Amino acid sequence: MALKHKTPLLDELEKGRWPSFISDIKQMAEKKPMCEDLLGVMERSYEDKEGHWKHGGIVGVLGYGGGVIGRYCDRPDLFPNVAHFHTLRVNQPASKFYSTEQLRKICELWERRGSGLTNMHGSTGDVILLGTTTDELEPVFYELTHNLNMDLGGSGSNLRTPSCCMGKARCEWSCLDTQAITYDLTNTFQDELHRPMFPYKFKFKTSGCPNDCVAAIARADCSIIGTWRDNIRIDQEAVRAYAAGDFAPNGNAHGTGATALDIQKEVCDLCPTACIDWDGKNLKIWDENCTRCMHCINVMPRALRPGKDVGATILCGAKAPILEGAQLSSVIIPFIKMEEPYDEFKEFVEKMWDWWMELGKNRERLGELIQRLGLREFLKAVELEPDPRMINTPRYNPYIFYDREDVPGGWEIDAVAFRKKHHA
Amino acid sequence: MAFDPNDLMKDRITDIGPPHYEQFFPPVIKENYGKWKYHEILEPGVLVHVSETGAEVYTVRVGGCRLMSVEIIREICDIADKHCEGYVRWTTRNNVEFMVDDKAKLQPLIDDLKGRKFAGGSNKFPIGGTGAGVTNIVHTQGWLHCHTPAIDASGIVKAVLDELYDDFCGMRLPAQVRISLACCLNMCGAVHCSDIAILGVHRKPPFVEHERISKVCEVPLAIAACPTAAIKPSKVDDKKSVAVNAERCMFCGNCYTMCPAMPLANADGDGIALWVGGKVSNSRCAPKFSKLAVPYIPNEPPRWPTTVKTIKRIVDLYASDANRYERIGEWIERIGWEKFFEKAELEFRHEHIDDYRLAMTTWRTTTQFKW
Repeated sequence: MALKHKTPLLDELEKGRWPSFISDIKQMAEKKPMCEDLLGVMERSYEDKEGHWKHGGIVGVLGYGGGVIGRYCDRPDLFPNVAHFHTLRVNQPASKFYSTEQLRKICELWERRGSGLTNMHGSTGDVILLGTTTDELEPVFYELTHNLNMDLGGSGSNLRTPSCCMGKARCEWSCLDTQAITYDLTNTFQDELHRPMFPYKFKFKTSGCPNDCVAAIARADCSIIGTWRDNIRIDQEAVRAYAAGDFAPNGNAHGTGATALDIQKEVCDLCPTACIDWDGKNLKIWDENCTRCMHCINVMPRALRPGKDVGATILCGAKAPILEGAQLSSVIIPFIKMEEPYDEFKEFVEKMWDWWMELGKNRERLGELIQRLGLREFLKAVELEPDPRMINTPRYNPYIFYDREDVPGGWEIDAVAFRKKHHA
Repeated sequence: MAFDPNDLMKDRITDIGPPHYEQFFPPVIKENYGKWKYHEILEPGVLVHVSETGAEVYTVRVGGCRLMSVEIIREICDIADKHCEGYVRWTTRNNVEFMVDDKAKLQPLIDDLKGRKFAGGSNKFPIGGTGAGVTNIVHTQGWLHCHTPAIDASGIVKAVLDELYDDFCGMRLPAQVRISLACCLNMCGAVHCSDIAILGVHRKPPFVEHERISKVCEVPLAIAACPTAAIKPSKVDDKKSVAVNAERCMFCGNCYTMCPAMPLANADGDGIALWVGGKVSNSRCAPKFSKLAVPYIPNEPPRWPTTVKTIKRIVDLYASDANRYERIGEWIERIGWEKFFEKAELEFRHEHIDDYRLAMTTWRTTTQFKW
């Protein structure tokens, strides 16, 4: 079927081996005039080397301050079917498992009431329903909540949809029940997720181990990363089997198949704290020096496992560059047990949010506020004691804000007595 | 109950949150939750996880486009119904995972996936994205749906992955390579800790629509949005407006995010910056930011040949020069940045030297360097 707009530039993206999103949109364009015009406006951008979408207007569903991204085309004269092309963020089930029954319901709804195009998934983790008109927003929301048992995710100065790695569902390393934590936090904080009350966005992300497959440490204002306090579990026989070449090293990530592993070179020598000894028969890990980086466990998954006294390290403040530059999260709580109902963690969250909401400027992320006012002020607000695990190095500048209370007589100096001793 | 447009409050349901994840687990996942013992990659894109109970789950990972029509999702459902008891999952990096609980079911699934092509000829379900290879490129919306992009997203990703296809479907690299794309500095894709980051950049300061600005913007918010205080209040023809000190502009686009009357997108100004050496995992060394490798490559739709070629060159150099297990950032730090620029045949320019807030922490304060 001939489509409405010629797309010679986009057609170039149908070539090659990687799946072509243009071919996919074309499948939809045969049925949906909206997708025909979307191809038209994309082709136009490929000619102009500039985008053709306007700033979002304020659209949404009643009672929610987020979850819908308003989008209007700046050339509705040429592409009337995408004059409105709003997007809904739909909160994904934790770790993105689906039944086909549920997916087919989403497809049916979105073909009927939207463009039929989605993002599986958006950067934050939501199912993105891409492109519909203003009048369809309430009906889509109604059907989502009534027929699909789904709800909108976050956008704007809200709690953003929490997300997590697959955790215990299919990973042997997860020290946390990442799905349970994510489900609980998402439901506990529905109000914060749907009604903007923060200075800016706020993200929770939960990874089951320090490999951090959801990039919590780089992306989340509050990163919850699984860890352990006891010893790495060792199966010495399996270690010897790796040395003998009975197993594939590194979970066969290099496609070598079963091949002898040089444990000294590939495990001991790459350990960042040099806390592993291998005498050719037994592996000794000096756990008191281990920083739980995961390298040895990654390389010998059949021989080594994280310990059993598991919990999370809580780090705060990560963000992308806007506004004051990119930040990684910093350690705030070195270890916390993360067990239902997560009361201790939630108390921390409430204190953190109270401080940020009171002192944060408009569009200031938590990490930027901590940087502006200092980690010490943040620790005071969340009632935590300083710990060397929170820093890479102690300060090297001598400009110290000493406490008045710690100095005998406070900050007062008796000027008369001073001059009696030291004549001017 | 049907939707009543005249009474939105009727039977309204809100704040129910997402559906519970457990109802979407295939039986083998539900039964072995928290009991997994180890895993192995059988071949690129194919994993086995073994449970303490002795149960096994075989996973076939395929690269997906982040943009998916309901047509392709339904096709994924058909495959999952046929082979996987009606369950399927997506990964954080836009891959799709099909799981079966018996090795005998694996090959028919793989054969089925391999045979499917789009009308234009591309593969619908490339199998790979595991181990020491290039996995799927996460990205943002680009020209398809975003209002602040400097570049497209999906099209560049398609062009790059066509070139790196064999590294998606293979595992020849020293370690995994995570490539990410963000179409402007807002980085809704948070690409700042990737092995290779493709970033959309502007190079012209915003112009001010004095006639329009006070009608469509909160002028104080636009002023406050500038990280370098380059925007000051001004009056033009007796109308409230702003003036931009172009010399202080670092092209972040934050003012435009706050104020649509200050556009800065421009075909001649916009393009791509490439960044290398970031990681998020704590494995061996701490997570790292990606650092600037190429300050600017023009937008070259529809196939972005310079960007594609440059990334391919970096990946090939890394493949031949790095030690096993070294991520790109670890490799570069071992050989030194001066060697990286030399070997990668990249020009080192003034843009590579940081001049923002923490610039000093990036300057070399030792006599140790390589000739």
